[in-house]
Amino acid sequence: MKDLNVMIVGVGGQGTLLASRLLGCAVMLEGMDVKVSEVHGMSQRGGSVVTYVKAGKQISSPIINKGEADIILAFEQLEAARWLPYLKRDGVLIVNTQQIDPMPVITGVAKYPTGVLQTIRDCGVNVVAMDALAAAMQAGSSKVTNVVLLGAMAQHTDIAYDIFETAVRQTVPQKFVDMNLAALRLGYDAAKAC
Amino acid sequence: MENKELFLGNQAVARGLYEAGVTVISSYPGTPSTEITEFAAQNDEIYCEWAPNEKVAVEVAAGAAISGARAFSAMKHVGLNVAADPLYTASYTGVNGGLMIAVADDPGMHSSQNEQDSRHHAIASKTPMLEPADSQECKDYAKIAYELSEQFDTPVLLRLTTRVSHSRSLVTLEPRQDVALRDFEKNPQKYVMMPAMAIKRHAFVEQRMQQLADYAENCALNRVEYNTGAKIGVITAGICYQYAKEALGERASYLKLGMVNPLPVALIRNFAEQFEQVYVIEELDGIIENHCKAHGVQVIGKELFGYLGEYNQEIVREKILGEHVPFVQTDLDIPARPPVLCAGCPHRGLFYTLKRLKVRVSGDIGCYTLGALAPLSAIDTCICMGASVSALHGMNKARGDDFAAQSVAVIGDSTFVHSGITGIINTAYNKGVSTVIVLDNSITGMTGHQQNPTTGYTIKNDPTVAVDLEALAKAVGFQSVRVVDPYDLDETYKVIKEEVAKKEPSLVISRRPCVLMKYVKHRPPLTVQTDKCKSCKACMQIGCPAISMRDGKAQIDFTQCVGCDVCTQLCKFDAIVRE
Ligand SMILES: Cc1ncc(C[n+]2csc(CCOP(=O)(O)OP(=O)(O)O)c2C)c(N)n1
Ligand code: SF4
Ligand code: SF4
Repeated sequence: MKDLNVMIVGVGGQGTLLASRLLGCAVMLEGMDVKVSEVHGMSQRGGSVVTYVKAGKQISSPIINKGEADIILAFEQLEAARWLPYLKRDGVLIVNTQQIDPMPVITGVAKYPTGVLQTIRDCGVNVVAMDALAAAMQAGSSKVTNVVLLGAMAQHTDIAYDIFETAVRQTVPQKFVDMNLAALRLGYDAAKAC
Repeated sequence: MENKELFLGNQAVARGLYEAGVTVISSYPGTPSTEITEFAAQNDEIYCEWAPNEKVAVEVAAGAAISGARAFSAMKHVGLNVAADPLYTASYTGVNGGLMIAVADDPGMHSSQNEQDSRHHAIASKTPMLEPADSQECKDYAKIAYELSEQFDTPVLLRLTTRVSHSRSLVTLEPRQDVALRDFEKNPQKYVMMPAMAIKRHAFVEQRMQQLADYAENCALNRVEYNTGAKIGVITAGICYQYAKEALGERASYLKLGMVNPLPVALIRNFAEQFEQVYVIEELDGIIENHCKAHGVQVIGKELFGYLGEYNQEIVREKILGEHVPFVQTDLDIPARPPVLCAGCPHRGLFYTLKRLKVRVSGDIGCYTLGALAPLSAIDTCICMGASVSALHGMNKARGDDFAAQSVAVIGDSTFVHSGITGIINTAYNKGVSTVIVLDNSITGMTGHQQNPTTGYTIKNDPTVAVDLEALAKAVGFQSVRVVDPYDLDETYKVIKEEVAKKEPSLVISRRPCVLMKYVKHRPPLTVQTDKCKSCKACMQIGCPAISMRDGKAQIDFTQCVGCDVCTQLCKFDAIVRE
């Protein structure tokens, strides 16, 4: 498998950390070197959050800079646009169509831009968009939106699907495993259709 | 397969403590250091505790080490300021069982109020400092630190930075070493630091630092990586080593310093001599750079990279090689997304009330510092933990009673115990008239929900005594003590209005647990009846992230709303309902 740089971006509280942990676990199961860089603390309170997962023969820096990500997994549209410069020219943007207003929009000092996804597509970016929240509700809870998106991402890596399933089984608490596996599958199938 | 795990840097430090046979840990939480102690507490072999603050924590650890155990304390960079007093003198007493103190710097201020460089404390306190660059080194260096501590009779500092603490990489696990408790002999010459003894110990400290400097010349912690044909030499440490390697690869040779205090001289000189150009890559202050220059070694450092924020491979690539990676960008105007108090956060109702009362607010550090941001915009100052109470006293003394009648201090429960108690003692003793509001959400929220002395539980979640805030306030001379529920806006308004008007010190406890606590039952989400909504935006004054305007009407995001009913109290048209 070749080197893989994935950025997972979203809003604090959306479960990006678990997604990065699951992906890190999957990569480790593949027997590659891996680094995962997380955010804890202040920005987890509803701020813009980003985690990096890097896999390859030998990883030095745990973070990803502009133009270096093979995949950006965006949990929210505005965050997709914010972090877009980090995507490689031929990279894939997988994005949840959900919109969450940031506080400056709520207070009225800023506007949530319109046509975000179309603007990104117009730049020639390969965009895979889906309503992951609806799929998560179908799987049983809005809380598994993160795993739906991870499932979608599984379509775009060389890592076998069942490795992701193993990662879920190893990481998620027992009583939530079935719901998470269902969410993973829904995301995986949805991305195939895209 | 080898026994490898994907560990956070902090988790790897905790594993190192376990393997090194550490038996006593006392820490105070602080991002990005907190998880070290949380992970260590999962081992039954280690006694772990949350102390009320870093000074207490380091004193507990120093006491344990002097009495013969391997001991540890962790904190964030500013925590070491609080613990500087015991550290600087523990450097004189030295240890018996090994003592390591982990201090986590936060370049880029992901979660901090300043960007100080804790290497200065290592230099000033004359203690050795190690700096790992990934999780494996976190574990290895922690173990080496205990050997150095006992060999050289010194506390050892382990410097971490956010990207090392909070990145996961592979770690090989080894078994725990059984380390016997050493004898605790009476030795006042070494352990009683008063002038006659301390004078001699200072001489010992100077000698010890010389020996450590010699050690730094040849130790495995400081290593050279040559790449044939490389014209660039890089001297670096910690995470910057990773950035340099990623950016420069085999185009440079590296002197990677694992020990950042004391620094070697000959090793640096011999390395630097071989290159046309030598760069020092270090975040924050130019400590390695200045050391090089002081010893006549010409290097390029801060003039190129600067003192601000985090570095990364892009910066190194650009500054040294002048190379850029192409990227795509839209011309969209993207609004910032600052952090916010969670939907249903108990602090929200309190800050909304303070805004309505138009009082000046001396603030402090915790989740509630977010009350400084729009639309609540309720906080006027925030300096360091505990300063809310003492700074308000200063303001009131400077500006007089009329000001005092329109000002309050806000401080979280953990912060109050950390260093607010001394502040209220000062206020009462010196005849202050402050109104101090303790935001008691029954947890240390900002750092990820740690127990503290007010919660009634230990780090291992065992029930224990809880500080009785009401009785404590009365005992130090605050006679007026009131408790309010910040979800009840009218009552909170009334009580604070009464208390600020009083010409005596008063304590208001705004009590309601953090909504993220597992035991807090969330009520079903509310919805806005669009036909009743008059688009007045009254409900948006509280800045709940669950409420936004969609097509001119308020809308509540069901995935975020916890049904706290604070917004319903603001809607004059009864448009917000529970379905
Ligand atoms: C000296 C020092 N130690 C630690 C920290 C890290 N820190 C920031 S806020 C905080 C505690 C917040 O808890 P609390 O006062 O209960 O408020 P909450 O976040 O729960 O609202 C800590 C430990 C710091 N900023 N300064
Ligand atoms: S974690 Fe708790 S205290 Fe902190 S903002 Fe969220 S609800 Fe408030
Ligand atoms: S009830 Fe209102 S204020 Fe409370 S969380 Fe829900 S939307 Fe926010």
